Amino acid sequence: METMHPVSAHTPRNTTLGKVRTHPTQNEGLIFEKSSPGKRAVKLAPLDVPEVDAAALLGDAFRSEPAPLPEVSEIEIIRHFTRLSTWNYAIDLGMYPLGSCTMKYNPRVNEFVARLEGIAEAHPYQPESLAQGSLEVVRELEQCLIEITGMDAITLQPAAGAHGEFTGILLVRAYHESRGNARRKIIVPDSAHGTNPATAAICGYEVQNLKSNALGMVDVAELERIVDEDTAALMLTNPSTIGVFESEIHRIADVLHAKGALLYMDGANMNALVGKARPGDFGVDVMHLNLHKTFSTPHGGGGPGSGPVACKAILEPFLPTPVLARRGDGTLGWNFDRPQSVGRVRAYYGNYGMFVRALGYILANGPDGLRQTTEDAVLNANYVRASLEDLYELPYKTASMHEVVFSDKRQAARGVKTGDIAKRIIDYGFHPFTVSFPLIVSGALMIEPTESESKEELDRFIEAMRAIAQEVDETPELVKHAPHSTRVSRLDEATAARKPILRWRPAGE
Amino acid sequence: MRYLPKSPAERNSMLEKIGARHVDDLFVAIPEEYRLRRDLKIPPQMGESEIIEYFRKAAAQNGSGYASFLGAGCYRHYRPVVIDSIVQRGEFLTSYTPYQAEITQGTLQAIFEFQTMICELTGMDVANASMYDGSTGAAEAVMMAARITGRSHSVIAQTVHPEYREVMATYAQHQGLPSTTVGYDPRTGRIQLELLDAAITEDTACVLVQSPNFFGVIEDIPAIAEIAHAKGALLIVSIAEAVSLGAVRPPVEADIVSLEAQSFGVAISYGGPFCGVIATREKYIRQMPGRLAGQTLDADGNRGFVLTLATREQHIRREKATSNICTNQALVALMATVYLTVYGKEGLRELAMQNLAKTEFARRTLTAQPGQNCLFEASPRFNEFVLTSEEPVAEMQARLRAQGILGGVDLTRWYPELGQATLWCVTELNTRAQMEAAAQALATSSAVGV
Repeated sequence: METMHPVSAHTPRNTTLGKVRTHPTQNEGLIFEKSSPGKRAVKLAPLDVPEVDAAALLGDAFRSEPAPLPEVSEIEIIRHFTRLSTWNYAIDLGMYPLGSCTMKYNPRVNEFVARLEGIAEAHPYQPESLAQGSLEVVRELEQCLIEITGMDAITLQPAAGAHGEFTGILLVRAYHESRGNARRKIIVPDSAHGTNPATAAICGYEVQNLKSNALGMVDVAELERIVDEDTAALMLTNPSTIGVFESEIHRIADVLHAKGALLYMDGANMNALVGKARPGDFGVDVMHLNLHKTFSTPHGGGGPGSGPVACKAILEPFLPTPVLARRGDGTLGWNFDRPQSVGRVRAYYGNYGMFVRALGYILANGPDGLRQTTEDAVLNANYVRASLEDLYELPYKTASMHEVVFSDKRQAARGVKTGDIAKRIIDYGFHPFTVSFPLIVSGALMIEPTESESKEELDRFIEAMRAIAQEVDETPELVKHAPHSTRVSRLDEATAARKPILRWRPAGE
Repeated sequence: MRYLPKSPAERNSMLEKIGARHVDDLFVAIPEEYRLRRDLKIPPQMGESEIIEYFRKAAAQNGSGYASFLGAGCYRHYRPVVIDSIVQRGEFLTSYTPYQAEITQGTLQAIFEFQTMICELTGMDVANASMYDGSTGAAEAVMMAARITGRSHSVIAQTVHPEYREVMATYAQHQGLPSTTVGYDPRTGRIQLELLDAAITEDTACVLVQSPNFFGVIEDIPAIAEIAHAKGALLIVSIAEAVSLGAVRPPVEADIVSLEAQSFGVAISYGGPFCGVIATREKYIRQMPGRLAGQTLDADGNRGFVLTLATREQHIRREKATSNICTNQALVALMATVYLTVYGKEGLRELAMQNLAKTEFARRTLTAQPGQNCLFEASPRFNEFVLTSEEPVAEMQARLRAQGILGGVDLTRWYPELGQATLWCVTELNTRAQMEAAAQALATSSAVGV
């Protein structure tokens, strides 16, 4: 980035902005551009059996031209990916307040134990007698999650939150079918994550939108009006995506249950509840958890996740096969004999490596640690709220739990949108909050600090947000063209979508 | 609590700023009757050394030191050390989906490189990054084919991994997407082409085969493609053993390839996390599920990368999205990217050749034992083969286990028609000594005349 953006003059490169200073990063091309025939990074052990004539063995199926993968040495690989890594922001570098994503610290001991040989090398088809350790980990995690959610049964098979939703709604469907009618529709509040309606559609349900009330919460009267014998379930996020606990949760459950419908809870925001309240106690029939949110498994640039589904006893017969069972002799094993099951949702048993990490997190915390974690998460969000509500519009005054949602109403009046503020906070050394979600708030700034932030880091963030509010008043152009400190300036997303370049090609191809 | 960066005094000063006296004041929205007033009944807090001890114990309970011939969708390949060095960098490990492109160029460029390598390996034009695994990827590929063709029926080979087929059935059942299973030729272990042809109707959206298939046999992709395309159906090829692409001709006639990339440097880890990928033809991009990184320019004309074509995705399209997928397997895709970079053009080739040679040697050595037969002997295969004998599988396996060997996967639960059949997998990690020991153990069992 040799070209300075015109407004960059406002933030010269040697300026300290709060906690950050600029710092050179290395340029780095694509790995393919480093390739040169004959370079290599691998040496195989010598073949201890006779060589074969692959072309003769495979016949027409033989690949005559090897794939043109890059040819590079090990040092180039390390430098390449290390350089790329320095272009990323990460929890390890600072506050990452992406609302709804729960970007909390990812403990390193969990990475260590997930790589222990006996755990990392276990094969799903090794005999159960030689997998008792792996199964004990599953068992222990299942028990912990059942206790934490207050539910009766669980499956760890779903690979991520949306996959958990899919599984949960299949349970709902199977339950209704077992009673003679699958029903037709699923109610989804307008504040819900996009995965909720997408899931309902994949499960063959019609989506009925439920408008939120003036407080941003479920309009119970409206719910009562639309729930009928054709309603399979309500998919509810609690606390909601505006970070508010649905205080009328039991009435909501009652309204549904009175018509034979079920209450599905999207557990994305479980970080506000662990150790303080249990969905199973407040009327939820089935829910998913995101181990990569609440239980600290790393997001890894987008995954892997894990989306266990916990349910009440009425839904237990429908859980995906197999389920873990304690045998007569005290050993653990998989039970495949589940005639009412919805079937498999994934091969093998799920993202097992994530189970190990989540259990490591639970064991490190214990009951007191988990409760304190929740309290700190809620404390942090409320602290941010109290420190910014004089400068940023708070569309819903309802008490916040683990996240707070502001709107850009005051800044938008000066032509600065939530997305601009998000880009500007990058210059101050933070990852932006979630932008423009939930949809019920126009120009939303959704801030979830998580428990992992110290008061010092929060104060720096607050200071940055306050400084930006002032910049919006005094030098709005500075904010509108942010970020100014990053390797690349704002990227042309429109052209990327209109003329997609989705792979590298050698020059001239 | 060692993960929480606050002193009691700091907590109090924060409460003061908020105007609350006690932290419980922040939970008033939760009705009193639903507040948990007791400790959760979970194990007490452990120190780091205790946590390690706990999992070491679990690992030890699993039994170790066995020579393993297990595969069936989860393959043991050597994983170069640099993979873990790279994916454990906090900047990759602890970042989120790269929605804020300016500060996630590292992840985005790595995804772009991954997409490119998958295209080069599979012969497709575009690849996403990523799906949960090969089984869910296959299910999503079927849904994609239905959207493209406007047809609803799918034809699936019986030689596709049985658990993949179960997952596809679960996904399809409530979307009005019926399927027909087509059996295999008992001599070749390949899909029966005449039955395939007969199973395809005017409403068939796609034919889905796995190659190498569940028996390790490589399907005749050009012939299958011709049959499918003649009736306007798409061809989906599922690949569970990605290392095969080093020696096996890519399925260039396919319309969609659903790949499981676990073989590329990903620990088996009792079945996950793995990395599914969907690759396809350029014309089908907009019906493809999952994330895509694309190249573009920034305001100053520098090359950069962004997530693109998001209008297919749930956070924009909600109930009209191509899939409900959100979280994917990004870090695992990075592992595969590093793996492919380490092996490179020649290394992957050489690796695949070693797998072929070792499998052939193991097959010959094992079938040289009295009473041991290899099925589908004349068919081309990658690193798996089916062995049958008169001895009940459970007994044979117990006998092998006693010799420190985990023999092939029991096929009787999925393919009872094959008799006492096991599926053996051999990779570069199986030594000649292991194969000879396995042969010896099999010989002993035959000698006892079971």
